[in-house]
Amino acid sequence: MLDQFDARLDADFPPVDPVRLIAALKPLLPPENLKTQAEALRPYETDGLAAYRSLPAVVALPETVEQVQAILRVCWELGAPVVARGAGTGLSGGALPYPGCVLLSLAKFSAILEIDALARTARVQPGVRNLAISEAVAHLGLFYAPDPSSQIACSIGGNVAENAGGVHCLKYGLTVHNLLKLEMVTLEGEVLHLGSDAYDAPGFDLMALMTGSEGLLGIVTEITVKLTPLPETTQVLLAAFDDVAVAAQAVAEIIAEGVIPAGLEMMDGPALRAAEDFALAGYPKNAAAILLCELDGAAPDVAEEIARVSALLSSCGATEVRLARDEDERKRFWAGRKGAFPAVGRIAPDYYCMDGTIPRRALPNVLTEITRLSEVHGLAVANVFHAGDGNLHPLILYDAAKEGDQDAAEALGGAILELCVSVGGTITGEHGVGREKINQMCVQFSGSEIDAFHALKAAFDPKGLLNPGKAIPTLARCAEFGGMHIHHGELPFAHLPRF
Amino acid sequence: MHTSPGSDLTEAIAERVRAGGPLRLEGGGTRAFYGRPVQGEALSLAGHRGVVDYDPSELVITARCGTPVAEIEALLAGENQMLAFEPPVFGVAGTLGGAVATGMSGPRRPFVGPLRDYVLGARLMNPQGEVLRFGGTVFKNVAGFDAFRLMAGSLGCFGPILEVSLRVTPRPRVERALVFEMVGEAARTWVTGLMGRPLPLSGAFHDGARLHLRLSGGEAGVAATKAELGGEDEALETWDAIRHMTHPVFGAPVLWRVSLPPTGSAEGFATTAWDWAGGQRWLTADAVDPGVWERAAQLGGHATLFRGQAPNGEVFQPLAPGVFNLHRRVKAALDPAGIFNPSAMYGGL
Repeated sequence: MLDQFDARLDADFPPVDPVRLIAALKPLLPPENLKTQAEALRPYETDGLAAYRSLPAVVALPETVEQVQAILRVCWELGAPVVARGAGTGLSGGALPYPGCVLLSLAKFSAILEIDALARTARVQPGVRNLAISEAVAHLGLFYAPDPSSQIACSIGGNVAENAGGVHCLKYGLTVHNLLKLEMVTLEGEVLHLGSDAYDAPGFDLMALMTGSEGLLGIVTEITVKLTPLPETTQVLLAAFDDVAVAAQAVAEIIAEGVIPAGLEMMDGPALRAAEDFALAGYPKNAAAILLCELDGAAPDVAEEIARVSALLSSCGATEVRLARDEDERKRFWAGRKGAFPAVGRIAPDYYCMDGTIPRRALPNVLTEITRLSEVHGLAVANVFHAGDGNLHPLILYDAAKEGDQDAAEALGGAILELCVSVGGTITGEHGVGREKINQMCVQFSGSEIDAFHALKAAFDPKGLLNPGKAIPTLARCAEFGGMHIHHGELPFAHLPRF
Repeated sequence: MHTSPGSDLTEAIAERVRAGGPLRLEGGGTRAFYGRPVQGEALSLAGHRGVVDYDPSELVITARCGTPVAEIEALLAGENQMLAFEPPVFGVAGTLGGAVATGMSGPRRPFVGPLRDYVLGARLMNPQGEVLRFGGTVFKNVAGFDAFRLMAGSLGCFGPILEVSLRVTPRPRVERALVFEMVGEAARTWVTGLMGRPLPLSGAFHDGARLHLRLSGGEAGVAATKAELGGEDEALETWDAIRHMTHPVFGAPVLWRVSLPPTGSAEGFATTAWDWAGGQRWLTADAVDPGVWERAAQLGGHATLFRGQAPNGEVFQPLAPGVFNLHRRVKAALDPAGIFNPSAMYGGL
């Protein structure tokens, strides 16, 4: 069990008597919606980051907003920590229970409440799966654009909590750009509406602040999302390179050319070979890297852009440029990319997926440095990127059964994230900080910045009971783990050019 | 990578902030008409200027708050790029800080998103005179709360926004302006239908008599759409007048901006000129009628007194009590003593 919460460093609550807590919650929910037995709690002890585990005192599965309000009021009165959970697919331990907390599952909030084809909006509950929204509106010629790789399973409430991204972000934006309105319940049990059915709302943009706040500010109970017309045509180019740095340079050239692809993804040799063996996508297995470039829009414009980008890729040094011949091949190209993570899972007993973002121009240097770090730590790395927006997913290969391997993987992961910060990037592009990257927050942010985050948290949650120990570290934690703070001139990787 | 000459007044601003407030934050002064009047000593940020970093292949520009928007746009145009949200600028002195603090977006807003969506990061000064950096220069960044997005439209209530990083976009290869003889509500229904299709629309404005459309995109897509929609060609400059609010429809002693759900009822506002495909209506009058706030709210929208003086001094739509209470707490979190632009947005905030 990794990285248990440390009351000294993360939160300091007087313990809540579980018997009293359960007794207070029992009258609020049908018995089957309140889980208290150890075996019933076990499935909730971890989210998608399975190395982190901790048991809640109780799991509550409300079905109405009134029940959510009542549960939160109990937590408020008893001082009980409460952690919201959607589908549990998060990759940073954001839904990891605080020991002895109330785990508030929103799984039963799974209804699409209203679809307005004319306004191109859908009003949904947080437990609705991301892909289910697009499926429900496809017959109207619409889709919900943000598409995290887990979209078949992840819930839209979790997407809001993490401000989830995906392949289409570069052109269609993140979750925050595709929301109109949120209904939320505060820890005191008050229902608030943020945003609007109009294009904007009066006052501060608290909806934007809520998005990506990792469940620290309130519980979202309803979401109005923006829908996008399905493009007339979608085409994908595959370009192979015999040098990763050359592929990285081609990414910058495409953007500088004035083309915004719907998706621009890159895989290095180890990643593409694993993906090919897994998905039989038709990737050139001898390449050092491949780029997938998806272009969509009006058919004549796409044809023109395909010609321009193909020529550009060739002049940038691609050894092969291939246009998916038909929809089947296009889907196969993407199946390989979307299956890259499980594919890597077949070539190593374990892998640790990182999630940092860097300025695109730093790509060649960062790739070189990751290779060096990989050698220093003695673990192989396969690289998968959302290259268009600089979001890296280095997959660190290790064997948890091997003494010291897991610690080495964590150390290498931390070093890669600090590398991202040192070139002007960030420790997380789309997975969130959660529990996983809580220490690296001390690298990216100064004490005063973290203080400001705590002040904002307290404005919403004065008792600090919502998802404690996540996303925003205490200064005590930074003092203990933040030795590599960049804000006082102690730059990690000082030899790298900084931007 | 480009930069432009400018001056870094961070330390001087910090010194003034540390001396205490209340402070009235000022940029180029072109947006001083917007919001409630602020009682406080002026703190000028206009001299804190210059483009800190611009790399066309990154699609990001970082500039100090006092940098004129016109200067930024000229630099971008040189690289065939632009600010997609087309902030209205009320004169050459209009600054980047003012554009972000007021959060206004131009005619392209319903098609590409608001100013807020293009803010990637900001440096803010806290009441202790320390510089806080939120967000960054990369598009995908979910570390920490997104306090930088909160700055957009905050009217400087959280402190001087010293520096902003914005996402920029390539300029469309082709643009055409079209005009149609069509009454307002019929035009709105037609345009709403068009927006459900992947067409290269980038503006839909009704001046009370005629519908103006703008198309932006690739050569073939724009040509095909123009052939399908018909209409008469007009000068693209019409869209500058719409964007910067120099069009005659904005000239009246009292001007309300009414933001409504774009496909809902517009009862009571049907004869107004509109932009944003019907989502942003401009109501002109000779005198302020506070009933406008109530009527806008009944339609699921909100109203802003853009020009004119309300009897109670308020400018923005009243907030629900719970939301207002949260506003007070958020303001107090970042500015506990209330020294930055007190009551610029609402009385008591």
